[in-house]
Amino acid sequence: MERHFDTELADLKCGILKMGDLVEEAIIDSVGALKELNKARAERVITEDKVIDECELKIDEECLDLLALRQPMAVDLRFITMAMKISTDLERMADLAVDISQRVLELADRPPLLKPLVDIPKLTLLAQRMTRDVISSFINKDVDLARQVILCDREADDLRNLVQQELLHDYISKNKANISRAIPLLLVARHLERICDHATNIAEDVIYMVEAKVVKHHIEKLGQEGQA
Amino acid sequence: MDNKVKMQAKKVDFFYGKNQALKNINLDVYLNRVTAMIGPSGCGKSTFIRLFNRMNELVPHTSLRGRISLDGQDINDPSVDAVDIRRRIGMVFQKPNPFPKSIFENISYGLKVNGIKDKAFIEQKVEDSLKKAVIWDEVKDRLGDSALRLSGGQQQRLCIARCLAVETEVILFDEPCASLDPISTAKIEELILELKKDYSIVIVTHNMQQAARVSDYTGFFLLGELIEFGKTQDIFTAPKDKKTEAYITGRFG
Repeated sequence: MERHFDTELADLKCGILKMGDLVEEAIIDSVGALKELNKARAERVITEDKVIDECELKIDEECLDLLALRQPMAVDLRFITMAMKISTDLERMADLAVDISQRVLELADRPPLLKPLVDIPKLTLLAQRMTRDVISSFINKDVDLARQVILCDREADDLRNLVQQELLHDYISKNKANISRAIPLLLVARHLERICDHATNIAEDVIYMVEAKVVKHHIEKLGQEGQA
Repeated sequence: MDNKVKMQAKKVDFFYGKNQALKNINLDVYLNRVTAMIGPSGCGKSTFIRLFNRMNELVPHTSLRGRISLDGQDINDPSVDAVDIRRRIGMVFQKPNPFPKSIFENISYGLKVNGIKDKAFIEQKVEDSLKKAVIWDEVKDRLGDSALRLSGGQQQRLCIARCLAVETEVILFDEPCASLDPISTAKIEELILELKKDYSIVIVTHNMQQAARVSDYTGFFLLGELIEFGKTQDIFTAPKDKKTEAYITGRFG
């Protein structure tokens, strides 16, 4: 039997998809602004963040209405509660893109960049891919893709560590004058790695939504599962 | 949501003898929307819905004050024919009440009473009404069978089809799923959501969750008073009145 409720669930899914696209764009723009030391582009990310905030509020309201009015059960209940959590994670990811943009504004006042960007672009590509894949896994209920996203999180940690070590050993410890231009880069790497953490959270929620299986805090086990 | 008022209750008081059952009720029923009335037993919601098609005037020693209108016209005006009002404002009751006749005759009866004799027209109308009430596929091969042989859920959809055949404009549902199983209930609820595209619907229900699922507007009745009326999503997520909140969260009632 076709349900009117299914149309409402499809609308909710569209809302998450739209929000995911905006977040991915914000990440690309914030790091693009860093590469170019482009203040205008960074400022645009900061201003546009309110659109993403509005998306979060709208999704939360829709979820609350669906919970109150439709009394969802089983897979529908998991879908709606996870959509609520996912919108929170997406909103935090967008805030981190704003944080990156604020670092760009700091760095743009003290050009040029301390060093050529090598690992940060790699980390950006990873964050971007994880964001896109995790939204796709949510939309298509693709748990295999969600598991791959979770496994990528370690790569993000490693890249962040590489950036951190290089900045500490090759720049900060050698010349303290570099600190003011090194710290923002350190933070950018940290922000990107946090974006990957949020994508991982979403991937865990997707697995719960589809399989009703809790995989949070069991990443090692999942790694073994993935290799098996 | 753009709303046009289809029916309106203004300053309505209603008495059974000296007992006042409804106190100063003001409420609008919007075109193509589902309006639900909820509240504990004896709160007046069924009494209220029965005023909408003049069913209460069949009960002795009752009196009504105030105005109930359909498209702006007072339905209790002496110039208004009660039978015509009940055609334009159909009603579906708690217990399905098909006539002890065939499925076909249950639907065609209203048309014949209204003076329609064209056989082809009647046949088409029966088919259309049964289709709209989503029961056609289940009965199309046995239209001559007694309606009493249908299941409870099917009988209820037949009763809905009966309203649709006479080109009703408003459908009043008084606890339409109270005697149905969950699957039949879900079918009626889906049907209500479909029917609101063409009709204005009022539903009285004990089942708060049902009101939440099917309605656009909800009124909460208590001891003959309309405590709160508003968009269903507001009533069920952030009611303004403490009594409404207590009732919908199951703290009394």
